[in-house]
Amino acid sequence: MYVITMNEVWKTYPNGVMAINGIDIHIDKGEFVYVVGPSGAGKSTFIKLMYREEKPTRGTITIDTEQLADLKERHIPRLRRKIGVVFQDFKLLPSLSVYENVAFALEVIEESSANIKRRVMQVLDIVRLKNKARFLPHELSGGEQQRVAIARAIVNNPSVLIADEPTGNLDPETSWEIMRILEEINDRGTTIVMATHNKEIVNTIRKRVIAIEGGRVARDEVKGDYGYER
Amino acid sequence: MKGRTFVRHLKEGAKNIGRNGWMTFASVSAVTIMLFVVGAFLLLIMNMNAFADSLEDDVELRVFIELTADEEQQDELETEIAGLSQVDTVEFVPREEGLENLIVSFGDQGQVLEALREENPLNDVFVVQAEDPQQTQVLADEIQTLENVDDVEYGADIVDQLFSVTNILRYAGIAVIAGLMFTAMFLIANTIKITIIARKREIQIMKLVGATNGFIRWPFFVEGLLLGLLGAVIPVSALSYGYVRLVDLVEGTPELGFLTMLPANPLTLQMAALLLGIGAFIGIWGSMMSVRKFLKV
Ligand SMILES: Nc1ncnc2c1ncn2[C@@H]1O[C@H](COP(=O)(O)OP(=O)(O)OP(=O)(O)O)[C@@H](O)[C@H]1O
Ligand SMILES: [Mg+2]
Repeated sequence: MYVITMNEVWKTYPNGVMAINGIDIHIDKGEFVYVVGPSGAGKSTFIKLMYREEKPTRGTITIDTEQLADLKERHIPRLRRKIGVVFQDFKLLPSLSVYENVAFALEVIEESSANIKRRVMQVLDIVRLKNKARFLPHELSGGEQQRVAIARAIVNNPSVLIADEPTGNLDPETSWEIMRILEEINDRGTTIVMATHNKEIVNTIRKRVIAIEGGRVARDEVKGDYGYER
Repeated sequence: MKGRTFVRHLKEGAKNIGRNGWMTFASVSAVTIMLFVVGAFLLLIMNMNAFADSLEDDVELRVFIELTADEEQQDELETEIAGLSQVDTVEFVPREEGLENLIVSFGDQGQVLEALREENPLNDVFVVQAEDPQQTQVLADEIQTLENVDDVEYGADIVDQLFSVTNILRYAGIAVIAGLMFTAMFLIANTIKITIIARKREIQIMKLVGATNGFIRWPFFVEGLLLGLLGAVIPVSALSYGYVRLVDLVEGTPELGFLTMLPANPLTLQMAALLLGIGAFIGIWGSMMSVRKFLKV
């Protein structure tokens, strides 16, 4: 049973840019997938289609049990609660503490405060930030902020975690740390889709690689390599 | 919405007040200044209105009774006048008393009139007050037609002028307050909008994490309400205190005896209720209007 399916998906932006041009993709539950390709190839657009930041111009997308093509505006929050999203720029709420940022994802589904506390502490333990729960985002390093974002993305046990260049702003050392955490999360059964430019990581931690070029799938290998010079 | 979520929204809204430091300060200041002006004008206009009312209440009709009318006819006339729908009070002033008042009102020169006591040329008079002073003229015309009425007098010119002045005061007052409130709402909504634009990114992030529009809106609602109420605190307390002191001052100064001010007790409470209400309304309206724009992410 696939957890992510794309059928003949096209995306043309209102300004006429054809970012995605007929993509068919099937991703199994528990897979770890890198999305690679040159700048402007359409990787971010591919990711945005999955959490419905952008609507496909044509084609169907299924995430878990949600049909994204005919998902009503007011049901978008329901989809977003089933997937965790991690960004290059972290996207933390600046005025909330580490704890509050992670708890926010549970407050929106009206969890009890006892459950919130238990779960938040659990995931902060996974990303090894329990001791900084009271810190504000600007008091953390980039790597730590990204770990908070990951904690927030997985706190309500989503079946899918999607990440757009999660190590894009981090130094190599910190990037490896983030990767260890993502692998750990993947080992617990969460499907991960990650767009990246990081050649070392893709060539070292070998996983399925989908290469996108000009909005099409150029290559799809089970244990692929990065395949570009940079 | 579950109870704990509602409590969460209340807490979150209150916390945002503190978290957004200077933006809160800017919004609250805007509310404070505008409510101060609205409140001050309100006190002024309520008092002018009351003053106009009291001037109007002094307007009275003097019904001169035919000299030929006997006591029975006078009584009959009094009953007739009292029976008219617009009449509030009827007071009989016998000619002797009329002359006495006249002599007293002339002061030192009054002696000249003493001679008149022998042969009093004045009429007996009914002093009549209309229920609604503005209806005085209508009432005068009506009484004029009754039997045994010699003449009716009410200082037509002055009274008509007085009414046009008090009416202008009244409508101008209402217009000024309405105008001020409108300006205030506009300014405050704008300030709040600026403070929320700065939080556009936050709203987008909340939506990415799966928050519904309602979930995002509630804390803003609470925050707007609190901003408005906070903004009303200083104007309400300062104006109430100032008004109490002013009333004391006016009453303690004999030269200002002609000024009658409304008692502080109901007036300052009414003003407080109104300013808090306006503040709350503006705060909520401003923040709801602004947040609405960013929810389509
Ligand atoms: N919101 C948008 N409106 C219009 N065009 C867009 C928009 N977002 C992206 N594009 C265009 O779509 C194409 C694909 O962009 P996308 O961001 O998906 O590339 P990418 O593979 O993520 O690139 P990078 O590796 O630099 O992040 C580009 O030509 C870009 O200019
Ligand atoms: Mg990109």
